[in-house]
Amino acid sequence: MSSVILRNVVKRFHKFTAVHKTSLEIPDGAFVTLLGPSGCGKTTNLRMIAGLLDPSEGEILIGGKAVNNVPIHKRNLGIVFQNYALFPHKTVAENVAFGLKYRNVPKAEIAGRVQKALDLVQLPHVGARYPKALSGGQQQRIALARAIVIEPDVLLLDEPLSALDANLREDMRVELKRIQDQIGVTTVFVTHDQSEALAMSDSIVVMSAGRVEQMGSPDEVYNNPASEFVANFLGASNILPAQCSTRGADGAVLELAPFGKVPIPAEKAQRLSDAGPAKLVLRAEKLQVLPQGAAPEGVITTPATVETVDYQGQTVRYFLRLGDRQLQAINMIDDKPFEEGAAVQIGFRPKDCSALPGEAE
Amino acid sequence: MSVEAREARQPWILLSPALTAVALLLIVPLCFIVVYSFWLRTATGADQPGFFLDNWAEALTDPFYRDILINTLKIAAITTLVCALMGYPSAYFIARSNGNKAILLLLLMLPFWISYIIRTMSWINILGVSGALNSFLLWTGIISEPLQMLYNQATVILGLVHFLLPFMILNIFVSLDGIDVTLEDAANSLGATRWESFLQVTLPLSLPGLAAGGLLCFVLGAGTYITPLVLGGPRDAMFANLVFEAIITQLNWPLGSALSLMLLVVLGLLVAIYNRYLGMAQLMKGLG
Ligand SMILES: Nc1ncnc2c1ncn2[C@@H]1O[C@H](COP(=O)(O)OP(=O)(O)OP(=O)(O)O)[C@@H](O)[C@H]1O
Ligand SMILES: [Mg+2]
Repeated sequence: MSSVILRNVVKRFHKFTAVHKTSLEIPDGAFVTLLGPSGCGKTTNLRMIAGLLDPSEGEILIGGKAVNNVPIHKRNLGIVFQNYALFPHKTVAENVAFGLKYRNVPKAEIAGRVQKALDLVQLPHVGARYPKALSGGQQQRIALARAIVIEPDVLLLDEPLSALDANLREDMRVELKRIQDQIGVTTVFVTHDQSEALAMSDSIVVMSAGRVEQMGSPDEVYNNPASEFVANFLGASNILPAQCSTRGADGAVLELAPFGKVPIPAEKAQRLSDAGPAKLVLRAEKLQVLPQGAAPEGVITTPATVETVDYQGQTVRYFLRLGDRQLQAINMIDDKPFEEGAAVQIGFRPKDCSALPGEAE
Repeated sequence: MSVEAREARQPWILLSPALTAVALLLIVPLCFIVVYSFWLRTATGADQPGFFLDNWAEALTDPFYRDILINTLKIAAITTLVCALMGYPSAYFIARSNGNKAILLLLLMLPFWISYIIRTMSWINILGVSGALNSFLLWTGIISEPLQMLYNQATVILGLVHFLLPFMILNIFVSLDGIDVTLEDAANSLGATRWESFLQVTLPLSLPGLAAGGLLCFVLGAGTYITPLVLGGPRDAMFANLVFEAIITQLNWPLGSALSLMLLVVLGLLVAIYNRYLGMAQLMKGLG
């Protein structure tokens, strides 16, 4: 097991820069997710850590040692590729044993270790089959078994679940996390699925256009996004222009029309340095839609109209009209959802908001 | 009619035009040749219908035919081997080149735009007594007399390799191109060097293409008569030349028929033996 450190890493393809100066620290044993939209450079980062791509600039350290000049076959990494990349002409057992052959593992020991890996991924009886004779989810597990049987220093997973259907995906997510916990290997996981990232990670690296937007725990990136991009990428958020009137040690006060004064707690106003233009970030789940006239304790409210109702079973998503802007709210369905066109009261608790610097007008 | 029965019939319906063509253009003429091979050419030059085994006796017992048959198979085998050794790296290069694959494939096809006979004859202008190579060597003073480079077994093989290499490259290319490149990455990540991962992953997965290319080169090489005619000496005749000789020059159709059937049977047998292995390779490809 080892930590992974990227120091000022840049990757250019000809003139195109796929990864801008990136520095990352992935602690020993952690499960870190690279999250971002398609083409933001997740795979490129992963391939550089793997040694499948050379960084144009900067340094990569694994277990404290610079590996820029270490070829991939000497890095001792377990990689699970998006398409699994199982060897079609070898049986499952031969696939899993592949890496052991290059590690001077005595022949007598190989079969036992292969079996142990197959047990770990809960497919103990498929060793004699060819990959073609397995389902997608099973192939995925074998790819994982093949990667972990060599006891890698770091496990690299490039969207390993994206080829599975939704139900299987959730099962595999739990499974993958269980296996990672069990062997405790440092893991870098790539995905563009935010719920996957939130559910599995110790820490999430949100990327956009080759840059790291934010690195933090799932709770941090979800509830205290560092940028508008992060706020919008992880679920729906309302981002409202506001004016910061006071900025002190105990937080900031934002003037938000037509709600009025919104006191933001200190830890959610870190990114706001001074009084002046600001943005208030309010997650759609935190915006409450209330019957007219309701004013629960500690909730700042204002009247609005329901424009669209998007019924989702347990929850309902409202698009609300407030003056010239449209807001989104996702609420649990209590009794019956509000109807389209209904006049309602919308509101939120200030402690659920966070503040970002705004553009000067 | 049950669904199964209809599904079982469908391939045959789709195949029927092709089967008709094969029957009319291949099976029927072949039957004629079989019949012909039992006729007899009389001293008057007319063919006498009947059931005579004379042609077959001559074809099967005369050591002259046997030696040339063995020589033909040897030349075809050497050609195939040379094509495989030269073709594999080229095919690998094309399959792994990003972006200009289409241009490289076009270049590979380019020779087919020129007649095979002209391509073969072009070697006379290169290797002949007053050809380009001799002229150059004379001009540089390395030699004072032109070298006799043409009309031997080596030039026959050279001509055949020139003719057959694109078929080999194309076949290997097709199977290499179908191999997922991340398989090699996976092998590397598991500890195999690039060479080891080539041997363990890429080479076995490309065997079907190599096998198909090899079969094509061998059969086309063993059946050729133009290359030895143009580039071979009097002692480099291949089996197809004998057939040509018998039918076109001597107008001995019955003997020519027997000889061509003999070549057909020998090649057919070799293909059948080979197919056992190719069949296995196909199975592996099916897995991939
Ligand atoms: N070999 C290459 N040559 C040129 N450009 C490349 C190459 N590989 C990647 N890129 C570019 O670099 C950018 C980042 O690619 P990358 O594969 O890292 O994206 P990603 O975040 O993994 O996206 P996805 O979620 O779609 O897999 C993309 O714009 C891509 O077009
Ligand atoms: Mg990717």
